[in-house]
Amino acid sequence: MPTKTEKELYQGKPTTGHEWDGIRELDTPLPKWWVYVLYASIAWAVVYFILYPSVPWFTGYFKGVLGWNSRAEVAEKIDEAKRGQSRYLDRIKTQSADEIRREPDLLNFALAGGKAAFADNCAPCHGAGGAGTKGFPSLADDLWIWGGKLADIEHTVRFGIRSGHEKARSSQMPAYGTDGALKPDQIGDVAEYVLSLTGRSADKAAAERGAKIFAEEDKCISCHGKDGVGKADLGAPPLNTRIFLYGGSKAEIVRQVTKPQHGVMPAWADRLDDETIKMLTLYVHALGGGK
Amino acid sequence: MDGSATRAQARPVEDEEVKSVRQQIKAIAEQGDSLYVDRVRVYPKQVSGRFRALKWRALGLLLVVYYLLPWIRWDRGPNAPDQAVLIDMTNRRGYFFFIEIWPQEVFYLTGLLILAAVGLFLVTSLAGRVWCGYACPQTVWTDLFMWVERRIEGDRNARIKLDKAPWTGAKWAKKIAKHAAWLAIAFATGGAWIMYFVDAPTVASNFFTGRADYYTYFFVGLFTATTYLLAGWAREQVCTYMCPWPRFQSAMFDEDTLIVTYQKSRGEPRGKAAKGAVGKEGTGDCVDCGQCVAVCPMGIDIRDGNQLECIGCALCIDACRPVMAKLGRAPDLIGYDTERRIAARAKGEPLRYRILRPRTLLYGLIFAAVGLAMVAVLATRSDADINVLHDRNPLFVSLSNGSVRNGYTVKILNKERTERIFRLEFKGIAGATMRVVGLVETASWIELRADPDTVTTYQIYVSTDRANVRAERTDVSFVLTDITNLDTATRSTWFYGPKP
Repeated sequence: MPTKTEKELYQGKPTTGHEWDGIRELDTPLPKWWVYVLYASIAWAVVYFILYPSVPWFTGYFKGVLGWNSRAEVAEKIDEAKRGQSRYLDRIKTQSADEIRREPDLLNFALAGGKAAFADNCAPCHGAGGAGTKGFPSLADDLWIWGGKLADIEHTVRFGIRSGHEKARSSQMPAYGTDGALKPDQIGDVAEYVLSLTGRSADKAAAERGAKIFAEEDKCISCHGKDGVGKADLGAPPLNTRIFLYGGSKAEIVRQVTKPQHGVMPAWADRLDDETIKMLTLYVHALGGGK
Repeated sequence: MDGSATRAQARPVEDEEVKSVRQQIKAIAEQGDSLYVDRVRVYPKQVSGRFRALKWRALGLLLVVYYLLPWIRWDRGPNAPDQAVLIDMTNRRGYFFFIEIWPQEVFYLTGLLILAAVGLFLVTSLAGRVWCGYACPQTVWTDLFMWVERRIEGDRNARIKLDKAPWTGAKWAKKIAKHAAWLAIAFATGGAWIMYFVDAPTVASNFFTGRADYYTYFFVGLFTATTYLLAGWAREQVCTYMCPWPRFQSAMFDEDTLIVTYQKSRGEPRGKAAKGAVGKEGTGDCVDCGQCVAVCPMGIDIRDGNQLECIGCALCIDACRPVMAKLGRAPDLIGYDTERRIAARAKGEPLRYRILRPRTLLYGLIFAAVGLAMVAVLATRSDADINVLHDRNPLFVSLSNGSVRNGYTVKILNKERTERIFRLEFKGIAGATMRVVGLVETASWIELRADPDTVTTYQIYVSTDRANVRAERTDVSFVLTDITNLDTATRSTWFYGPKP
């Protein structure tokens, strides 16, 4: 800044000496009250500094005379929210999923709680929104391997599938190929028949041969039923729909008959509380496929 | 020079006044070099004249509107507030006579603000700072406070004397009376403000019986304090140091904008009006009586030219006019003028005032366009609306029978105060059926109930045979029809499916 300021032409006011394209910057003095406001702000800052957490140090910080901190405030808010939720959670604890579903305000709360719990626990396998993927069934469609009623879903969530829990759902499809029960060309015929159940068969003769094997007493029909309609109480999925957990192409069906994959779902009763499981059940049921 | 003023009988003003004005001008000039300056107290003198009268009228009108508007009733039927102008924060509704605004229609407010801004630009480019001088709340309330001050403490000279005088009982009495009156007006102002946000009669009675809530007392207190401080104490400091508008309003100015200005070419050099003569040879029309400075609420000298501090209140015009008349000189030594007229006058060319200029045309066009758009939107505003959110995850679901299902969250906005039944149809894909969980299993159209004066949400699944889905994404729409009055609202969305 220049030490000697120039006076501006018209009113003789001082300038800073700065000039841009002929426009000169006036050096207008501040009003005193403005300066006092600055001093007051500084005084306020000092008070604030003493009352609230302020100076950081290598091993911590000055905690302030009031002892306030934002984490304690958050914890308090969370407690408050929990207390607010308890009037719903207490009712969810004592009522069945069916009963909860009949009370709109309770159902609303349960769906919101279920959505949060689903994102935390279920979405990694079943996908956000329950879309599922190969090997992890969709929860939004209308096909349920173990049943789609509220009670069925709750049982599955609570005890899991092949989870090791004593009440876990469990099914074991024999490995027809690797056990030698069926020869590879027979398996091909069975696969062709399964394709024909959904109207996709290309080889009628093979499908007819496959149908005979399918209907043998100790073969497919005993679990998947006549025409492959499936049996939910055995965990045997229907084969006459477009939905195949491990893929619906001929090669994929052949592989599943030869040496089946068996997915595992944990028993959530060991990990989640009763209310959360009920909320999850209602949420999954409401994804679009609930029976 | 005008030669008719040969017999001006007396010096038009008292010596004392000229002295005080000189001191004021000197005080302003002297503090130029320091970093901080004391505020030079402004003691505006009472003035009467054309513009003062106009300002009183504007003040009266604006205050009446401000204080009385919340008390106007407007019948909207049962279960609705009957206050004509109300911003109902708790229920998220805005009411303005026959208009009711929901939060999702807040763009009306945006439109209103754009209109206000462009209107301000238009007026400013035409007539300069008329907003500052006549209509700004800071000006209106400062004027009102000054009027109170004058009634209690007297006019300029009396007030200067009173402030210099020792603290006697009479001085205490006057000061206490003045501040009490100011606080009373400030309280009425703060009290009126909150009435725009809650039912006026209810809050007024609750307030005085101690039943109003904490926020009511807080905001009344806040606005009482700010009114008292800004109009009583801060006054011209608000315009000079706090308000951003004086800093950028010059961007709307051009050489045809009206400004309050002093005709330098005619007034200079200033000279005393000698008794019985027009003054010495070579003196201008300005007799340096100081009236323009004495009446100025901003404490400036208009003869220094157009300044940031000048709010364009035109009181100096009123002050100068009788002086010129008394001396028999031409009026409007200080007056509304434009830079083009000033330049033309100096060259002896004819004086012109152009209203139609590129900037005024542009501001006018924008104003008209936004205004028309607002009117059109308001006129076609429907009492029912539909919003549709397509489920994002999963985008679609393949069902066991080979059909494809999409999920939608449908929100029905019922702006009426009675329950309504709507028929919802899905258009764009052949053979599509709708399902509402728990309500309807499959139907090609469904009837839905919409609760009064709120948004009702439904989760709706639309399914169709895979053969009907010809693309990964198909344009579709939901059509909502009121089954009684056949009001319709349509919302377009998409239907997703597997690769065909």
